Amino acid sequence: MPNKSNKMKFLVPLISVFLGLLIGGIIMLISGYQPVEAYVALFQGIFGGSYYFGETIRQMSPLILSGLAVAFAFRTGLFNIGVEGQLLVGWLAAVYVGIFVDAPAIIHIPLAVLAAGVAGALWGSVPGILKARFKVHEVITTIMMNYIALYTTNEIIRNYMLAPGERTENIKESASLASPFLQSITEYSTLHFGIIVALIAAVIMWFLLWRTTLGYELRAVGFNQHASQYAGINVSKNIVLSMAISGAFAGIAGSMEGLGTYQYMTINAGFTGVGFDGIAVALLGANSAIGVILGAALFGGLKIGALNMQSIAGVPTELIGVVIALIIFFVACSYLVHWLMNRVNRGGKI
Amino acid sequence: MKKKLGLMVTAMLTAGTLLAGCGTSDEGKTSGGDKKDFKVAMVTDTGGVDDKSFNQSAWEGLQKFGKENNLEKDKGFKYLQSTAQSDYKPNLNSLIRQKYDVVFGIGFLMGADVETVAKQQPDAKLAIVDMVVKGDNVANITFSEHEGSFLVGLVAGMQSKTNKVGFVGGVNSELIKKFENGFKAGVLTANPDAEVLVQYAEDFNKAEKGQQIANTFYQQGADVIYHAAGGTGMGVFTEAKNRKKNGEDVWVIGVDRDQHEEGMPENVTLTSMVKRVDQAVYEVSEQAMNGKFPGGKIVEFGLKEDGVGIAPTQDNVDKDALKSVEDYKKKIIGGEVKVPKTDAEFEEFKKNLK
Repeated sequence: MPNKSNKMKFLVPLISVFLGLLIGGIIMLISGYQPVEAYVALFQGIFGGSYYFGETIRQMSPLILSGLAVAFAFRTGLFNIGVEGQLLVGWLAAVYVGIFVDAPAIIHIPLAVLAAGVAGALWGSVPGILKARFKVHEVITTIMMNYIALYTTNEIIRNYMLAPGERTENIKESASLASPFLQSITEYSTLHFGIIVALIAAVIMWFLLWRTTLGYELRAVGFNQHASQYAGINVSKNIVLSMAISGAFAGIAGSMEGLGTYQYMTINAGFTGVGFDGIAVALLGANSAIGVILGAALFGGLKIGALNMQSIAGVPTELIGVVIALIIFFVACSYLVHWLMNRVNRGGKI
Repeated sequence: MKKKLGLMVTAMLTAGTLLAGCGTSDEGKTSGGDKKDFKVAMVTDTGGVDDKSFNQSAWEGLQKFGKENNLEKDKGFKYLQSTAQSDYKPNLNSLIRQKYDVVFGIGFLMGADVETVAKQQPDAKLAIVDMVVKGDNVANITFSEHEGSFLVGLVAGMQSKTNKVGFVGGVNSELIKKFENGFKAGVLTANPDAEVLVQYAEDFNKAEKGQQIANTFYQQGADVIYHAAGGTGMGVFTEAKNRKKNGEDVWVIGVDRDQHEEGMPENVTLTSMVKRVDQAVYEVSEQAMNGKFPGGKIVEFGLKEDGVGIAPTQDNVDKDALKSVEDYKKKIIGGEVKVPKTDAEFEEFKKNLK
């Protein structure tokens, strides 16, 4: 019955979100806060006006890209936890090109985005090569590469690009993805053209994976390395390539921050969190391009709405963190919901 | 089958309504709308409002202002916490959209965001602490941290038995350099033979890193450590307490607030360099309420303005040291002693000392 499974597909995530809200509400009630007021603030903070909508979309752009990065590696059976580091080097590369290169916007913007992608790809390919050549587990190397990226980028900024306020200079206007037009129609939100880059990247990922020979090989390696090798696929090459492409997506996610949201790079005291959220986004989106976009929308919306929850309903950020985590938790547990519903549907017939 | 599904959804909706019923007991409207009411608010940086330092001090100032003017918390005065740097701008905007008369950005990390928001919202009044930005509607609050650090440096120099003291900085930056150079100048003035160990944690919120650095310093023979590292400094306290429990004679000099309590019960806080962010926030709020908002100006709080200084709890400080602190305080206010801010100024200072 295709009809039934379609309905289930639609219902399961909805009920999962609802369950998350319900449990979160109970927790807020126990802690002495108003769940209804808080949730109204949450939803207003996502959809309540062009300003909030603009902020939500802005928050989505890097999340889509970091989600794509994780999902892409996953398709080849690799767990890229290094998105965070690849994002940082991408950010730095984009800002570097944005500051030190002179070019008209039509060349400058793609060049800066490309630089971010290449930097991320190089950073990502290191764990790829280590994995392919020496069988070093990519989880360890990517995590370590995160730290290397964090402190290296900080040091480079501090020594070569420092401006007052712990950051670099602003990038040149011609490299900026920010748009006064988008900002003016969203009451001065930080919305920028990055979302278009992110959506294009999603299409590229889908096309690469499902419409090219390369994609077929990558997925085959993901399913079974030994079978792929037997079938004449160069497994090592595919592992390195997969990590490099994944890193490129992550690097471009960094350019969203550098060319769009901030227009500069700060000396980061810690990780941005975008890369780690990308893991959840990818898993929520079942590692598909469209799923990643939806997952990023959920994550981005909740993040922006949470600010309003604090601002209007007075719920402390720590508690909001718990509530948001619960919602995501239940969405991730959708399989459980699925199973429960099947039980209920079958009723006493078991 | 359909019925069962319906039943389940109904059950959930019922639960939801029940919850909703509980929630509406004492709802409050968010917007006052009355233009006579003066409203102030602040946005914390990622340290959060209970950082036992800087943000907390600002919030104390705002609370004092609110209490004295009979403002209601969350309506007349409030704070918003930022968990990531991308939160700064939305938080600032959110408060301006709720028509707060003055919005404080606490900390130089927010400088660029305050500047942009000020440009986009020319009617809003903003203030930034520890930073100077462009904009006629922004009040720039700065402190002469080097002067205060000089005073605690004197105490450290006089009370160190090993002639070795340490400085733990948060993030290597122009601002924290003021603390470092002022401190070093104070130490050398009081004790020309002393050695000052310096290390930056590159983080304001990593207590474990602070503890690790303190451990190294104490091991190398330092017995007094001055920290200008926000939450990271908490680790310095932890390390000092552990060592004091084992009978070692070590001290910590606190920063921003009187950190006497953080050193208890082992009593490891020698003294603190207080930076009266609360005083500054309070005063700028008051000026704004009286229609004298210092927009576009730099308001500097130094020793003279009581914006920086040595903490009121002075139980652990020797009398001689206190006397020397008083002497130099007068000299600095009088302009006889010029405390160095930057590395270059410090080198100059050191030359003249010899």
